[in-house]
Amino acid sequence: MATEKKNISEEKEAKKKEMILFLSSSEEKEHFLSKGNRKLLSDPLDDNNPITVQVLGICSALAITVQLEPAVVMAIAVVAVMAFANMIVSMLRNLIPSRIRIIVQLVVVASLVVLVDQILKAYAYDVSKQLSVFIGLIITNCIVMGRLEAFALGNGVYKSFLDGIGNAAGYGLILIIVAFFRELLGSGKLFGFEVLGHKAATVADSTGLYALGYENNGLMLLSPMALIVVGLLIWVQRARNRKLIEEN
Amino acid sequence: MDYINLFVRSIFIENMIFAYFLGMCSYLAVSKTVKTAVGLGAAVIFVLSITVPINYLLDNYLLRPGALQWLGAEFADVDLSFLSFIMFIAVIASMVQLVEMIVEKFAPALYGALGIFLPLIAVNCAILGGSLFMQQKDFGAITEAITYGFGSGIGWFLAILGIAAIREKIAYSNVPAPLKGLGITFIITGLMALGFMSFMGIKL
Repeated sequence: MATEKKNISEEKEAKKKEMILFLSSSEEKEHFLSKGNRKLLSDPLDDNNPITVQVLGICSALAITVQLEPAVVMAIAVVAVMAFANMIVSMLRNLIPSRIRIIVQLVVVASLVVLVDQILKAYAYDVSKQLSVFIGLIITNCIVMGRLEAFALGNGVYKSFLDGIGNAAGYGLILIIVAFFRELLGSGKLFGFEVLGHKAATVADSTGLYALGYENNGLMLLSPMALIVVGLLIWVQRARNRKLIEEN
Repeated sequence: MDYINLFVRSIFIENMIFAYFLGMCSYLAVSKTVKTAVGLGAAVIFVLSITVPINYLLDNYLLRPGALQWLGAEFADVDLSFLSFIMFIAVIASMVQLVEMIVEKFAPALYGALGIFLPLIAVNCAILGGSLFMQQKDFGAITEAITYGFGSGIGWFLAILGIAAIREKIAYSNVPAPLKGLGITFIITGLMALGFMSFMGIKL
């Protein structure tokens, strides 16, 4: 018991030293983009993707993937919120009593989300209307809370910042892939541009693929298809990366 | 009659999981067996039907533009609605804590069953989503808010019960290896959601 306590206090000391190291930016510390730090950024994109492997943050992800534009805006919003939430909580990690840490984390995240929401309302009002409650739901997005709990509470400021960006980018990547397929197959557009040609009332007047009799797949516009597209993405990813396969 | 409409709408047509994908994280994580799914589902019904009415009161008498009129005419054009995220989540987090303590004290058996799930619920998107949709829908009376909260809780409960039952059975089927677990669960949820969409045409 006593040694355990000693270990914990030693650990705390070590953490404090790390913090001082970071703040004073001494010579001994790791290079800004060392191998370990790069891994923090690249791991969540594939091997440890928040959506397809960690199963976090699906809640708000799927309802907004009908078109690319809101998906990209959402991805940027989540990157901003997660990077700064991870950073702030990591700065506070030695000051937060563990009993009330969830409420403290929620307040930090909620204030950042309010900022993002106000900025979106000011500069991208149409998209903010499209995203409606889903910006607010970033607060309870499990990926934000999950990374705060699992990473930011136990790691230094810069590492947490990178981890936030990496995980949010992994989340955004899936969002954008799903939105790409749904918008392309569902309405024949990308970012609102008609990439497959123009569809007129009759086949004769249409251009591009539509002139050959191609039809949009309206099913892709329905919300359940987002789930099925993610399911198929998981299939592709795990067929490629077999160590991710689950037992059951 | 309106209340029955609202109730049925919130369960089937605007189902939290199948129409809005809210609360998916815990839905996927806790649906491996029926027993735990029932525990979490009951906790969600409980918390939703408490927090939605409380946030309704908060929204109507504190946050929305002109809501502070009861304090006096000079407050008539105060708009605090930008605070709603923080207020709602604070209410939810503290209600969950409070409910946990009350249940622990007065119903130890229920606490034993719900125990670990109650704290999880503070970060369940379905709960905050319920409050945010309530704010969008502009209900006329608190009874409507109660009906909506209870109904969406039941919708969530039905969804997680359904998927848990299917997952228990699918353990015996021959699913392609890369699809096992998460992948097939996503696809089944998608198919269930397609089924639930057939309720959409129903006008009550």
